[in-house]
Amino acid sequence: MSLSVDIRHALPGLALDVRFEAPAGITVLFGRSGAGKTTVVNAVAGLLRPDQGRISVNGRVLFDSGAGVNLPPHRRRLGYVFQEARLFPHMTVRRNLAYGQRFAPKGAGGEEMGRVVEMLGIGALLDRRPGALSGGERQRVAIGRALLAAPKLILADEPLASLDEARKAEILPYFERLRDEVAVPILYVSHAAAEVARLATSVVVLEDGRAARQGAAAEVLSDPAVTPLGVRSAGAMLEARVVRHHADGLSELQADGLTLWLPRVPQAEGTPLRVRVEAHDVMLALTRPEGISALNVLPATVREIRMGDGPGALVQLSAGPNRLLARVTRRSVEALELRPGLELFAVLKAVGVAKESVADL
Amino acid sequence: MDWLGPEEWQAVALSLKVAVWATLVSLPLGVVTAVALARWEFPGKQLLNGLVHLPLILPPVVTGYLLLLTFGTRGPLGALLEPLGIVFAFRWTGAALAAGIMAFPLMVRAIRLSVEAVDPKLEQAASTLGASRLWVFGTVTLPLILPGVIAGAILAFAKAMGEFGATITFVSNIPGQTQTLPSAIYAFLQVPGGEASALRLVAVSVVIAMGALLASEWLSRRVAKRVAGT
Repeated sequence: MSLSVDIRHALPGLALDVRFEAPAGITVLFGRSGAGKTTVVNAVAGLLRPDQGRISVNGRVLFDSGAGVNLPPHRRRLGYVFQEARLFPHMTVRRNLAYGQRFAPKGAGGEEMGRVVEMLGIGALLDRRPGALSGGERQRVAIGRALLAAPKLILADEPLASLDEARKAEILPYFERLRDEVAVPILYVSHAAAEVARLATSVVVLEDGRAARQGAAAEVLSDPAVTPLGVRSAGAMLEARVVRHHADGLSELQADGLTLWLPRVPQAEGTPLRVRVEAHDVMLALTRPEGISALNVLPATVREIRMGDGPGALVQLSAGPNRLLARVTRRSVEALELRPGLELFAVLKAVGVAKESVADL
Repeated sequence: MDWLGPEEWQAVALSLKVAVWATLVSLPLGVVTAVALARWEFPGKQLLNGLVHLPLILPPVVTGYLLLLTFGTRGPLGALLEPLGIVFAFRWTGAALAAGIMAFPLMVRAIRLSVEAVDPKLEQAASTLGASRLWVFGTVTLPLILPGVIAGAILAFAKAMGEFGATITFVSNIPGQTQTLPSAIYAFLQVPGGEASALRLVAVSVVIAMGALLASEWLSRRVAKRVAGT
């Protein structure tokens, strides 16, 4: 199960030249607005014809400029979840959901209506019209509609961008369930670091029309050279597990041998969790600090230092098998004589950043 | 309806028949033309647009005369169709043809507006779900433009009911054959003592016009509500 993209396309002000592979799971196309993300997704969907290149899903060629292949959108068998849900206003939710089913080949192995409705929690909405739904409900129906068309690949173009924070929190778990319960690979466009950290199996970073970096999520996100949104929003992601809830209101987490203390998390003991540690929440100390209020002080080794254009610098650390990012000033880099290989201590000012991972939702 | 004389009644019935046929036959063509003008790019698009609007701008007498030249028994198309049993000259079918052509620009304009109001993003969404262009049109575009189609049909019907200049030029004013309501009113006004008959027909015209207007308002409100999705 994989998507293979290799396209070139000239847009006003942007020469797109993108090559990447998206394996099973959620591949996030990550980059600032104007980096060409939507163009790539529309090319995959067949809504836009690239100047040159080749696109295939599981070996099936959708587009090949060399061979003169360009399947129309309706023959590509993809599910597209748009930023605005684009539900058909004249149909009930039920008919919207069933729309794509009619066109799926018999025995295409698509999802069952009942299961999808249950998974997305939209059973109560079936007889309503899109006009009577909230933004979050509409987006859930749109996800179900795409899924029921028995797609070989799901495309999602910033499906949360038009929603407020509360609605985003409502939809994210459904994408996580999709990632974990449905075998269909998902290409997900985002410019929000938190979404990437939470959803991504792998990440493709788009910068100025090029795939600047691609790889597993934890690896790409902790790379100090990858800051498509600027140093301010950089941060690393750790895969952790809830070990114990303690009586004083703290939860103990383990991430590959590291112990982390967080304010009580709602998940049960044993639950896997993704933890995001923002670079500006990490302080560095050459000796283990004494008499400090921070609970999470981890021994770490400097791997790489990237000086920014301004007064800041990003330091990549390894703590056991985990990667962390710290944002410090250039002055501190010089004062502490930071260099690759130096052993020090990372003080995490805040790890109130736990984002629930999927399995428990 | 015994307050209407047989001749008057004949004119009303003929007008209704002419207007209904003119509207029904031109409607599918009007939808296709509207979609073509709103969405497709093709050579000669401006020419088609001009041709469609021509009857709106030309004096109706000119349109009627051009119809007579083209569809008269000696006209190129008239001569071609006559062996097939299709005759327009001095028949009610000719009146329907004239009414349909005069009403066509109004119909196309109303439908075109509603096609332009449909978000192409919805049609894109339907195509990504596996619907071919024809399916997209039938299941998404057509239901969404239905209020415009109805409005266009009602406008065309009203225009066809009232068409006078092109009709009288093309098919003349033969009672029972081609004497539509406006032609009958005109004829009654030409003879002494015809005012009473003319006034009765004027009253019928007002009733039919009001009825059509109210029906269209009600219908488009209903359909608009359905389409709005609430």
